[in-house]
Amino acid sequence: MEEAIQIQVNGESRVWRSGGTVGELLRELNIRADRVAVELNLEILDRNDFDRRSLTPGDRLEILSFIGGGSPKDHNRSIRSIRWATIV
Amino acid sequence: MGDDRLSIAGREFKSRLWVGTGKYKDFVETQKAIEASGADVVTVAVRRVNITDRSKENLLDYIDPKRYTILPNTAGCYTVEDAVRYARLARAAGVSDLVKLEVIGDERTLFPDTAGLIEAAKILIKEGFVVLPYTNDDPIVAKKLVDLGCPAVMPLAAPIGSGLGIRNPYNLRIIMETVHVPIIVDAGVGTASDAALAMEYGADAVLMNTAIAGAQDPIAMAEAMKYAVHAGRLAFKAGRIPRKLYATASSPIEGML
Repeated sequence: MEEAIQIQVNGESRVWRSGGTVGELLRELNIRADRVAVELNLEILDRNDFDRRSLTPGDRLEILSFIGGGSPKDHNRSIRSIRWATIV
Repeated sequence: MGDDRLSIAGREFKSRLWVGTGKYKDFVETQKAIEASGADVVTVAVRRVNITDRSKENLLDYIDPKRYTILPNTAGCYTVEDAVRYARLARAAGVSDLVKLEVIGDERTLFPDTAGLIEAAKILIKEGFVVLPYTNDDPIVAKKLVDLGCPAVMPLAAPIGSGLGIRNPYNLRIIMETVHVPIIVDAGVGTASDAALAMEYGADAVLMNTAIAGAQDPIAMAEAMKYAVHAGRLAFKAGRIPRKLYATASSPIEGML
């Protein structure tokens, strides 16, 4: 029987199986490997290594991808409430 | 203006309007606005994937990376370390070495921390990144960034999301005369005339997000910005008449009764 281990994924703890790889985890989470960056204990992994890197207890994994952005902070649409016709 | 392409670090861009992808209602609106803007460079941020709700759609389902140049930013980074980390993650998540480098100095103004920006640019350029720095309208900093190897600089017009337009046209002009790389005016544009002005001053491109996404009709504003940037560019190339205090008749006096 596979041993259950505890890992951190995007800041949340998660049960994973000992020996399970990063690639397997991504597939289980239904995440396309070609669209993410994965950081394992602060080391950015090469996409080609996802299926080779197995996880060990306490590993901290960050999975990131591109989202809408253009400016540093999400202001949401409340900015529309500030409508200055002229500022002179 | 078919051959009036913008060239940066060996890449060619047909549009001189670059757009951000934040603050839209949804991905459909994002897609329509970008389409209407005619932009071929779109900025994106790098953030944690939502692993609890995998039904959430991906931005790249709507913005085809084959059609658009995806320009990841380091938005939200307040330290050199964070900016460098996010740039590396962006490269790992994407396909190119392009990064819009932001090192933010202050939450209220979102002005760049130019000392941090220079430091981060130095590190990333050494690692082979094509660094497009979001910087203040400071000619000295712009020159330092170019000397480090930035193939373009992106000075702000006004604080991000402020819509105040170009606050210091004279500094922008001095930047344009100081450095000989493309100048992309980034942030602070409020409406179409601001974008046209930036191009008339001689900017090579304008990047904006809030001015479009925050408009009452983002798709119509995206189209307005497309024409504004185009008109401003044409006017700049055409060469405006000098300003004079008094009138000069347009119709000849000769032949009058």
